[in-house]
Amino acid sequence: MSQVEAAAPKFKLTLSRDVTDVAYRLLAVALICVTLSLVSDAFLTANNLLNVLRQASLVFFMASGLTLVILTGKIDLSIGATVGLSACVAATIIKSTGSPWLGAAAAIGIGGIVGLGNGLMVTKLRIPSFIATYGMLWVAQGATYYYMSGQSVYGFPPGFRALGSGYLLGIPIPIYLMIAFLVIGYFFTKRTTYGQQIYAIGANTVAARLSGIPVNSRLNLVFVLSGAMAGLASLIYLARLNSAEGDIGETLTLPTIAAVVIGGTSLFGGVGSLFGTFIGGLILTLILNGMNLLNLNANWQPLVTGLIVLLAVWLDMKTRSKTDSN
Amino acid sequence: MSERVLTQGMSALGRVPGVAFVLVALVAVFASMSPGFSTAPNLTNILVQSSILLLLALPMTLIIMTEGLDLSIGAVLTLSSVVLAAVAVSTGSLAVGFIAALAIGLAFGLLNGWLIAWLDIPPFVTTLGTLGIAQGLCLVITDGTSIVGLPSGLQFFYSGYFLGIPFPLVIAAMAYAVMHGILYHTRLGTYVPALGGNREALRHAGVNDRVVLAVIYGIGGLMAGIAALLLTSRISSAHPTAAIGMEFDAIAAVAVGGTQFERGEGWLLGTLLGVITIGVLRNGLNLLAMPSSIQVICVGLLVIVALFFDGMRKAHE
Repeated sequence: MSQVEAAAPKFKLTLSRDVTDVAYRLLAVALICVTLSLVSDAFLTANNLLNVLRQASLVFFMASGLTLVILTGKIDLSIGATVGLSACVAATIIKSTGSPWLGAAAAIGIGGIVGLGNGLMVTKLRIPSFIATYGMLWVAQGATYYYMSGQSVYGFPPGFRALGSGYLLGIPIPIYLMIAFLVIGYFFTKRTTYGQQIYAIGANTVAARLSGIPVNSRLNLVFVLSGAMAGLASLIYLARLNSAEGDIGETLTLPTIAAVVIGGTSLFGGVGSLFGTFIGGLILTLILNGMNLLNLNANWQPLVTGLIVLLAVWLDMKTRSKTDSN
Repeated sequence: MSERVLTQGMSALGRVPGVAFVLVALVAVFASMSPGFSTAPNLTNILVQSSILLLLALPMTLIIMTEGLDLSIGAVLTLSSVVLAAVAVSTGSLAVGFIAALAIGLAFGLLNGWLIAWLDIPPFVTTLGTLGIAQGLCLVITDGTSIVGLPSGLQFFYSGYFLGIPFPLVIAAMAYAVMHGILYHTRLGTYVPALGGNREALRHAGVNDRVVLAVIYGIGGLMAGIAALLLTSRISSAHPTAAIGMEFDAIAAVAVGGTQFERGEGWLLGTLLGVITIGVLRNGLNLLAMPSSIQVICVGLLVIVALFFDGMRKAHE
């Protein structure tokens, strides 16, 4: 009886979860924009909007790799520290050799190595990812402080700085990079076997393993990608700031995780998308930008980011338990 | 029941070599490399310095046994210290300041417990969020600067003596006794490993697992409030980043002490040894003039090694 019912076609308009999720979040973006343009004259200017997008692109680079990790049901708490280490090593290499390419290779390479370390701790040593990457956070941060020994490095070649602060046809260069990575990321996650395997591992690791997916090597892959993207983000960050100090990545982990969870990627794995993370980063950046425009002290930022993370996860859990019980 | 106690005791004994071996090895290395290490004042100093960490690591043991985590405890300790100082300076009363510190610590602990137990938010992201909130409140209250001008009586709590024993050690010993009593001699204590090992069974047995979780995280916050008294006394002021990151040492001590991040197995004495191990490591590296960045790396590597051996043991079983 119940089987017959289940087999009967449902004449009900059901949009895929991805679409409704994104629609809700775009609505949130629109609401925030309307509110901010009402309360501040400075918000709706081309300059400010491009600035918001540029900030959002930085968050996106860090959060995109993390999104892949979270899609598998794992976590990477070492992102901020990885950005810091990559940025500092790249900065000294660019300064001493004058070659941005060597610096870029070093930053992405170091990020990848840190990510591989995380991956091996999770897959080989079977350490839970939240504790393995948390340990890595402190090791990487300690290494950064030791490497810099209190010094700061500043003043990079203009060609390199264009990566963070340059314009092409009136639009900041990081925005182009972000769009490129959004497109690549879309095809990687939705249109390749690798991407589908990442979702499958997060949805049900045991089933994924039984169906022949090489779970451990895919997990290593997402951790390496997460580290490498942090390395890439560190370059754009460095080019934008035009200086590097030991504490450069310290405050970046919480906003990065915030962007992913605001974007609707479930911390339990299997659900979410890179486009969602882009919107999540945009929402977070808009809120912080609004605080800035309203002259709210920067001291409030960690507090607000913490509240937003909790609110976003809570909303996500609430909608999830509703769809689960349906 | 007695059989269970016996097997638990055996598995506890089986864990002794790990952390004890590391501790003995570290003491031997530092004693041979640095003449100032194995002096009575320095060894006392290690214990006194470890007392604040012990106050955080004891509840962290219980929290990790429930398969939880508290990343906010360092920031909550800092906030409690800031509140203690701000209230004590404005009212002139240390007692009122201390009560305020306890209250704010307990409030954050219960907030963590509520978010984790009732809203089902994973512990690491819950406490990462409350870490941000506590850190933000520290910055907002102090505007990024230190709070000074505290009553002079404050210094007793860190550098005073009670019956010839340094006062922080008295507090640490009391805290250990209380936590030992809670974990091993109360009904609440028997629920702790069950929360990590088999929460479903606990719920079916009619235990309100949510209340138990909230109480455990609440104890963590309360201990951070007590630790705030020692911390503020130690530096005679409050600083918005004073104990940021101390949760890492606390988690490290618990991990090195042999408590499992899965399966709900934990051991309070192991945590005590873990705290002393971290204290010896930091003190020894300090005497060898190693910067704090190297110390952090060493603590991190120690944790990874400890978890590696744990993993091997698990694979062996």
